[in-house]
Amino acid sequence: MAILNVLALVCLLYVVFLFTVAFAADRAARHGRGKWLRSPYVYTLSLSIYCTAWTFYGAVGFAARSGLEYVTIYLGPTLVMIGWWWTLRKMVRVGRSQRITSIADLISSRYGKSNLLAVFVTILAVIGVTPYIALQLQSVTLSFAAFSETEQAGAALPDMQSTALWVAMGLTLFTILFGTRNLDANERHHGVVMAIAVEAVVKLCALLAVGVFVVWGLSGGVSETLARIDASEIARFEVPGSRWIGLTMLSAAAFLCLPRMFQVMVVENEDEDHLRTAAWAFPAYLMLMSLFVVPIAAVGLDVMPIGANPDLFVLTLPLMAGHDGLAILSFLGGFSSATSMVIVAAIALSTMVSNHMVMPIWLHFTGGSAVISGDVRQVALLARRLSIAGVVFLGYLYFRVTGGGAALAAIGLISFAGVAQFLPALMGGLFWRGATRTGALAGLGVGFVLWQYCLFLPSFGPSMIMPQTVLDHGLFGLSWLRPQALFGAQDMDPLVHAIMWSMLLNTGAFVLGSLLSFPQPIERLQGAQFVNVFDHSSTTGGWSGGMAQSEDLLIMSQRIMGATEAQALFATAARRQGLAGYLPEPSPDFLQELERELSGSVGAATAHAMISQIVGGAAVSVEDLMAVADETAQIMEYSSQLEAQSQELARTARQLRQANEKLTQISVQKDGFLSQISHELRTPMTSIRAFSEILRDTSDLTAEEKSKYSSIIHDEAVRLTRLLDDLLDLSVLENGQVVLNTQTGLLSDLLDRAERAAGVQVGTLKVERERAAEAFELTTDLDRLAQVFINLIANARKYCDGDPPILSIRTHEVEGRLVIDFTDNGSGIPSEKQAVIFEKFSRIGETKAGGAGLGLAICREIMTRLDGSVSYLPGQKGAAFRVSLPLQRRMAAQ
Amino acid sequence: MSPERGPVFLARRTYRRRRLADAARLLPIVGTVLICIPLLWQGEGASGATRTTMAMFYIFGLWVILAAIAGIISRHLRAAENKEPPRGAGS
Repeated sequence: MAILNVLALVCLLYVVFLFTVAFAADRAARHGRGKWLRSPYVYTLSLSIYCTAWTFYGAVGFAARSGLEYVTIYLGPTLVMIGWWWTLRKMVRVGRSQRITSIADLISSRYGKSNLLAVFVTILAVIGVTPYIALQLQSVTLSFAAFSETEQAGAALPDMQSTALWVAMGLTLFTILFGTRNLDANERHHGVVMAIAVEAVVKLCALLAVGVFVVWGLSGGVSETLARIDASEIARFEVPGSRWIGLTMLSAAAFLCLPRMFQVMVVENEDEDHLRTAAWAFPAYLMLMSLFVVPIAAVGLDVMPIGANPDLFVLTLPLMAGHDGLAILSFLGGFSSATSMVIVAAIALSTMVSNHMVMPIWLHFTGGSAVISGDVRQVALLARRLSIAGVVFLGYLYFRVTGGGAALAAIGLISFAGVAQFLPALMGGLFWRGATRTGALAGLGVGFVLWQYCLFLPSFGPSMIMPQTVLDHGLFGLSWLRPQALFGAQDMDPLVHAIMWSMLLNTGAFVLGSLLSFPQPIERLQGAQFVNVFDHSSTTGGWSGGMAQSEDLLIMSQRIMGATEAQALFATAARRQGLAGYLPEPSPDFLQELERELSGSVGAATAHAMISQIVGGAAVSVEDLMAVADETAQIMEYSSQLEAQSQELARTARQLRQANEKLTQISVQKDGFLSQISHELRTPMTSIRAFSEILRDTSDLTAEEKSKYSSIIHDEAVRLTRLLDDLLDLSVLENGQVVLNTQTGLLSDLLDRAERAAGVQVGTLKVERERAAEAFELTTDLDRLAQVFINLIANARKYCDGDPPILSIRTHEVEGRLVIDFTDNGSGIPSEKQAVIFEKFSRIGETKAGGAGLGLAICREIMTRLDGSVSYLPGQKGAAFRVSLPLQRRMAAQ
Repeated sequence: MSPERGPVFLARRTYRRRRLADAARLLPIVGTVLICIPLLWQGEGASGATRTTMAMFYIFGLWVILAAIAGIISRHLRAAENKEPPRGAGS
């Protein structure tokens, strides 16, 4: 009994040691110390939960039964690890960028945050992994039993059930203590990871120690050991090719899909860079773990009595040789393997169960709203703790029900085959944008049913669950439905048979379902983000948060994340938006960030559902999808908008420049006019003064001289009057005070009058007209119109520099308007002046004929009053003015 | 990923890094093929030509070599990546 007591004490000490390690690591991490916690080697060692008690003890048993075949269980993960560049890198990146909490979360996230899919994966995982937990409990109890067998028979054999119960309870306690310390499952469980890393070292050392003892202690050297292997039952390498390849593939698939592996590999990953170290270090670890398996098996088969359980050779060989210390170390190795597996599996499964099953149900029953009273945070933690206890208890229950028989020993590979059903949906989701939720559900469903039918249910033994008749003759007596010879595939290894059919049909259903269905917008969005995760690892999308209430969001977040964290998050977001206080605008960016934060605590699907309740059910619209999924299009659109804007700006600037030029010119003209007008006023005034002084002061003037001087004074006064008249006229016209004196007359008569009045004489200007075209009767203010014509003809007379000067007047009708063009054969008006000639005070060059620059301005004002226009007509041979008048007046007059 | 995204000719270092990534992708495929090699030995007569010990040496030797190559590749990938921060980790 002594050794059992020692064993119990060692176990207890070891457990205390583990608690201490976990506690210290958690503490160090919380205080920001402990860089070594984030070492890539800790990460690599944490991956070693792949090697459970099933592999610690079972590998030797496996090797004793079928030789080198056991290495396939380690070769699969080796291939996955050295191929990290393909899959693991992507999985880790996706896991980090989407804040994935479990494999169920990853799959549901990828397929549009579908909770149905998450529930399905969770159930499948629980069914697949629970027996595996039972297997760990069994291995611990068996190893206890192995020790007790060496004692005198009958000396109070420990009750296997109670041992298992104690172990289960201890593990539950440890997991709850260190696994649910923080709600955010996305944060690393430093304590747990550190404890696992320590356990990884313990189990490797234990197995290596036993191996060294067997090779050099029991056999006496390498060559002797090799000779023993050659002499043993497993001397020949007789592995069926299908099993060799099938098991390698299966273990590779399981390595990626096992919930506990996903937990340590993706969720607990601190740094993507750690994968680089794990890529070679983990294969090396696996190699060392399997190095001494065949020697131990061969020596065990040789030394141990026939009928001894080869699964326990690792333990019984040292015991038989009397090395109790080594045996205890070996026991600790097995114990570590079992405990670390159960802890991580329980964390992984409980996260899935609480996030995808308990929380949605709870939310549903509490009125379907996250804003109602009650602390979601506590509920979530409680749900997770209960789930841990539930998962471990399920494992214990399974162990009790099956009685820990041989059926359990086979469960390892069966469990692998179960979780491997996730592979098509997982890989398809990561690499194929066309994969849809329907396809994933179909594939998983088909795979699950086939796995149950071909492997899981028959594994309980004949007639336990599945009747023998079904095994022999197939379901409903259909021979092609025999569970172990499906579709007539007879004489195959049952395991390989089940893997082949389930994976083939699973993949087939997945691909077919994806091809035939059409994904929802959010699926397409998530698909793009997962598959192209290296192109843009930042965005998931699509909250249009117009209706969201920031306060409601804050209330909800406080319940889930805790008040301090939530307020800090909200305040940071508000600050980023340039707002004070705790309530940021519910912009899509912020909602997205919040959803990601929340999904770390309650899973993507639940977080999405909670936010959509508050935001008002706004899912992703196709517009959002287009905008976010195709960022390049967005950017291109934006840049073209910018381009258009800049073109518009350039246009506006050009117009502004033109206006400015015009203003400057006008100002110059005004200055010019002022000096001109003073000059114009001064010149006649000067002569009037001079001649009137002569008339006053000179007494002996002849009548002829008097008359001459008087007429000069008169002419100058007339000129002054004319100038003042013009100014007055313009002022009246501009102020709209003019009264129109409407008359009716012929255009040709009007032009004749204007020609005469403009002082056109033979020799000064030749006027060319088409009298036939001028037969228009006008009803308008003829005097004013004549004034315009006079002005235009007089301008031609004064300014036309043609030789001889010719003015042609052409009349025609355009679109109901009378158009009269006055074109001369001079050099015209330079283009830079064309814009200003109608302005007041505008004069072209040095005046030759003493105009005040008011003529055209008056013309324009008159034409505006008459509902017509006068404009400069560019592109003619000389200066050309076009007068246009509406003809309706004439029509109305008729 | 499309060819027109990058320059036609890469800098020597970038080129080296791309080829290292190719090697990293190729390694598991080569490994799978090599792991299946022992299956070919089984046909050699009924006298039990293939001994477990022989297969063991092959498998464990292969294992060490694969781990070593993976180590070399990932170490150089890291060094190369550190020197080339602007481009994404994508290929």
